Amino acid sequence: MLNLWLGGANPRGRALLAGMLAVLAAAPFFVDSYIVSVLILVFYFAYLGQAWNIMMGFAGQLSLGHALYFGLGAYTGAALYVKFGLSPWLSMPVAIVIAMAVGAAIGALGFRFRIGGVYFALLTIAFAEFTRILFDHFTWVGGSSGLFLPVASRQGNDLWMLRGAPIMFYYVWLVLTVGLLILCRALLASRLGYYWLAIREDEPAAQALGIDTFRYKMIAVMLSAGLTAVAGVLNAFYFNVLFPEPTFSINRSIELILGAIIGGVGTLMGPIIGAFILTPLGESLTLIIEQIPTGVQKLDGLKQVFYGLCVVLIVLFQRAGVWPWLARKLRLGADGGKGGA
Amino acid sequence: MSLLAVDALDLFYGDAQALDGVSLAVDEGAVVAIVGANGAGKSSLIRAIAGIEPAARGRVAFKGQDITGWPSHRVCNLGIGQVAEGRQIFPTLSVRENLEMGAVISRARAGAAATMRRVFEIFPRLAERQRQAAGTLSGGEQQMVAIGRCLMGRPELIMFDEPSLGLAPTVVQEVFRVIRRLNDEGITIILVEQNVAVSLKLADRAYVLENGRIVLAGTGEELLNDDRVRQAYLGL
Repeated sequence: MLNLWLGGANPRGRALLAGMLAVLAAAPFFVDSYIVSVLILVFYFAYLGQAWNIMMGFAGQLSLGHALYFGLGAYTGAALYVKFGLSPWLSMPVAIVIAMAVGAAIGALGFRFRIGGVYFALLTIAFAEFTRILFDHFTWVGGSSGLFLPVASRQGNDLWMLRGAPIMFYYVWLVLTVGLLILCRALLASRLGYYWLAIREDEPAAQALGIDTFRYKMIAVMLSAGLTAVAGVLNAFYFNVLFPEPTFSINRSIELILGAIIGGVGTLMGPIIGAFILTPLGESLTLIIEQIPTGVQKLDGLKQVFYGLCVVLIVLFQRAGVWPWLARKLRLGADGGKGGA
Repeated sequence: MSLLAVDALDLFYGDAQALDGVSLAVDEGAVVAIVGANGAGKSSLIRAIAGIEPAARGRVAFKGQDITGWPSHRVCNLGIGQVAEGRQIFPTLSVRENLEMGAVISRARAGAAATMRRVFEIFPRLAERQRQAAGTLSGGEQQMVAIGRCLMGRPELIMFDEPSLGLAPTVVQEVFRVIRRLNDEGITIILVEQNVAVSLKLADRAYVLENGRIVLAGTGEELLNDDRVRQAYLGL
């Protein structure tokens, strides 16, 4: 397993990755709770960027509505816990199945009717938007007044029910993020990854070669949707509050793909690097704004402006993302086989 | 029995009819040329046979088996390959990776290594450049990659769509030499070409397509000597 996960990198890269992992594993013992909360956010973006990357980066299908799968996961996990006291680990499979089914429906609509590129992206936005409105009126899960997970103070951390301190969530996120990295690496090295590569490079050519493009695009969408739903469940248990507006909003759909775009779409390390660059900078910006005396609270959107600037800079100067450039500079070798730099 | 039989095929793009009752027969081992002006429906015919565009009516049979409406990946796996117009290589992949992509169908997977040796034997230039990104090759070399990649799928029938398009005259000759060689080795060929004179010379049988309809059929030589063909396509 370890070999599979490190296989693409040269010794330098392996050492660096192992070192980074060791630092992250030990970090909560050395840093304060604020840094832990920022790192959780980093993992959150790294994981979601990676899940989105399967669809866009690997298979070349642009989704701008991933908040849909995230929200479905979040609401499934939260509702099953609030209503039936179900453990998030048990509701996760349910959330995955629901998200995959919805992803399959959108994919089938788009791919069967040959809605491609920008139009397919619009379709994904449309589905996310009307699901948001649907949940605004879905009173069983609180409608627009929100769904709240009971927060009782208890002794220690309950990993089974995901009730506890941020540090527990930190490790859960860390394990999930690393797990997804391993999964993606295996996917890229598999025949499936090969088919995706052909579809991403030139879909008509892939079809002419006998690749069942419909099928493999569907697999990409469903995998990406299911994995995104897992993050939704976890996030619901971390924040304990769900409102349809922020959960399904286009802002979230955009936010969760920024890391991957900055880091490098289609690369394994890109979404992770992107999350490590963007999130701390965005959070520091928020901190700085808070330090500024009253009257400037209206600068709320400054973080978004900053994210926008980052995207503009990347598009102008380093379209493939930070990671391919960084990997070259640090002489880290190929980034995970076929999806590489 | 013909290797491929197309019977009364109709194809529409929305309301526009691209093929209108097209019937043709391709015998095993033959070179069949399909000539016609731009927009006559030549590429549509190839795409319909390949299962990429669904036909509205009509029937396609390969080795006597009805394959009408089959999805393209199944058609491909029967041994019907195509070299599409504009070559459609994967630009960022190496020559070797491009070729490997040609062998993803199950009929070709097992023998891929041997097939690649054969491709390199036909195109020694590709063997020299196998590590190079295909997008950096010349137009002629890219066409060789496209043909080689198609061969990797071990086709019994290859449909060439405008293989000479945009290539230098010497390269065009080379491409036609390769097509003849593949035919000599037993592969059946459907050749769609604007280069009418050359393709008719090469063809055992040829069809003239106009506005989605077959208006003339015969041996390559018959069509070469046909006054209508000479006037319309050879400018004589």
